[in-house]
Amino acid sequence: MPSKLLVQAHHLHRYYDQHHAVNDVSISLHKGEVLGLLGPNGAGKSTTMKMLTGNIAPSSGSIEIAGVNLLENALSAKQQLGYLPETPPLYSDMRVVEFLRYCARLHDIPKAKVTSAINQVLAQCGLEDMQKRLIANLSKGYQQRVGIAQAIIHQPSVIILDEPTVGLDPIQIQEIRSLIRQLSKHHSVILSTHILQEVEAVCDRVHIISAGKTVFVDTLETLKNYSDDDLPASASLEQIFTLLVSQGALQGGADE
Amino acid sequence: MNKISLIGWTEFKRLFNSPLAWSILAILQFILALMFLLLLDGFIVGIQNEGVGKELSLGVTDVVVSRIYLWAGVIMLVVIPILTMRSFAEERMNKTLALLISSPITFTQLVLGKFTGLLMLIVLIVAMVSLMPLSLSLGTSLDYGRIATSALGLFLLLGSFTAAGIYISSLTSQAMIAAISTFGLLLLFIVLYMSGTSSTSASELFIYLSHISHFFSFTDGMLNSRDIIYYLLFTVLFLVLTIRRLDNQRLGA
Repeated sequence: MPSKLLVQAHHLHRYYDQHHAVNDVSISLHKGEVLGLLGPNGAGKSTTMKMLTGNIAPSSGSIEIAGVNLLENALSAKQQLGYLPETPPLYSDMRVVEFLRYCARLHDIPKAKVTSAINQVLAQCGLEDMQKRLIANLSKGYQQRVGIAQAIIHQPSVIILDEPTVGLDPIQIQEIRSLIRQLSKHHSVILSTHILQEVEAVCDRVHIISAGKTVFVDTLETLKNYSDDDLPASASLEQIFTLLVSQGALQGGADE
Repeated sequence: MNKISLIGWTEFKRLFNSPLAWSILAILQFILALMFLLLLDGFIVGIQNEGVGKELSLGVTDVVVSRIYLWAGVIMLVVIPILTMRSFAEERMNKTLALLISSPITFTQLVLGKFTGLLMLIVLIVAMVSLMPLSLSLGTSLDYGRIATSALGLFLLLGSFTAAGIYISSLTSQAMIAAISTFGLLLLFIVLYMSGTSSTSASELFIYLSHISHFFSFTDGMLNSRDIIYYLLFTVLFLVLTIRRLDNQRLGA
């Protein structure tokens, strides 16, 4: 499938003091796909996403968003990006509509188009009934939706979601997942998670990192058919994941 | 420019979403009104009667007006840190800073926006403080020029407090620590002035460095370009430091 590459990150490294949090990770995202960034807690998923969104700079490596170099031309690259961090960045003292209007204006949406942009994301995220509410008074699930609304209000080509379903109840998780599937029709999505069912439910391609290193990148199908001497013939996704992660952790440990 | 005013205006409005700005304005006005009453009472009962018939005597502007501005400056030593701690420390604590950093804005626009938002509140505070001396015009003639320079001086002084507070707020993710450290820093400049003027270790340099010493010429009715430039430099210095600090943090230095 020769399609346009929207995110190209090459050889990313990131140190926190002596700790090598991300070690030579390269990520690519094609147009119209959902990439699952998978890994155990502390594997470097959030750090990688922060680098992709310009929140922190990589110690070395290069990032291109829709053909624009994020490190050299941050402003126009950021216009192509929508980002939902682990904790949704919401001003709890603002009302939903007021907050989204601020986000829209921050992302250079012309004044005349702000209202229609807001109405569109309110409908997309099922927030119409909540628009006058104070963000502080919303439930966790609705706050997460406002977080997603904030990330897509400027119709970015790339949406980056950091563990979008953490802390939600099963019904809310279903809703957010179907929202993500909807979004993937018009946007490309990178999604981080440590829940395997989520990957099965929404992702086209999987990128597994462990201890800061890439251990697997390919389609979900390939991952399911992954074979190794240590695995039983009909291994579950979970067994494969556990094996890959533990191998990665061993490798990472040997390098130190 | 657009982004700066957008951030500034939103920050200003957000101040009034919580009771914080309302209570600060109310308490400030209440305390200063009491001071104003005391000063005015002192003037009417004491100085005014003594001064009758003498050629050189203090007028109401000397006694009441300039002192109310001085007191406003002193009280704001405590108030400004509470306002500036929100700028970055609280955003970091609530993890909302990512919203602004992921948006297509520069750190310069971000810092200037935050600063502008607080400056709007300061304009409001200066205006409210100025209402008290201006109310005297009902009963007597006033030195309006001196009121104008005092108001300008208070604005510049509070602007410099704010810039310093924003910088300290950018250093930490604990709002309380930011507030206390800012208060400490502002107080240090007062101590600098006190040590500069003390009888044993008087030093012109210390007096010059202190932000409060440059305020007195304004309340005396003088517009001294040296003092204006001092405040502008002080403010710009801390804003530039803030921008650099945010950028360094992104780089992980």
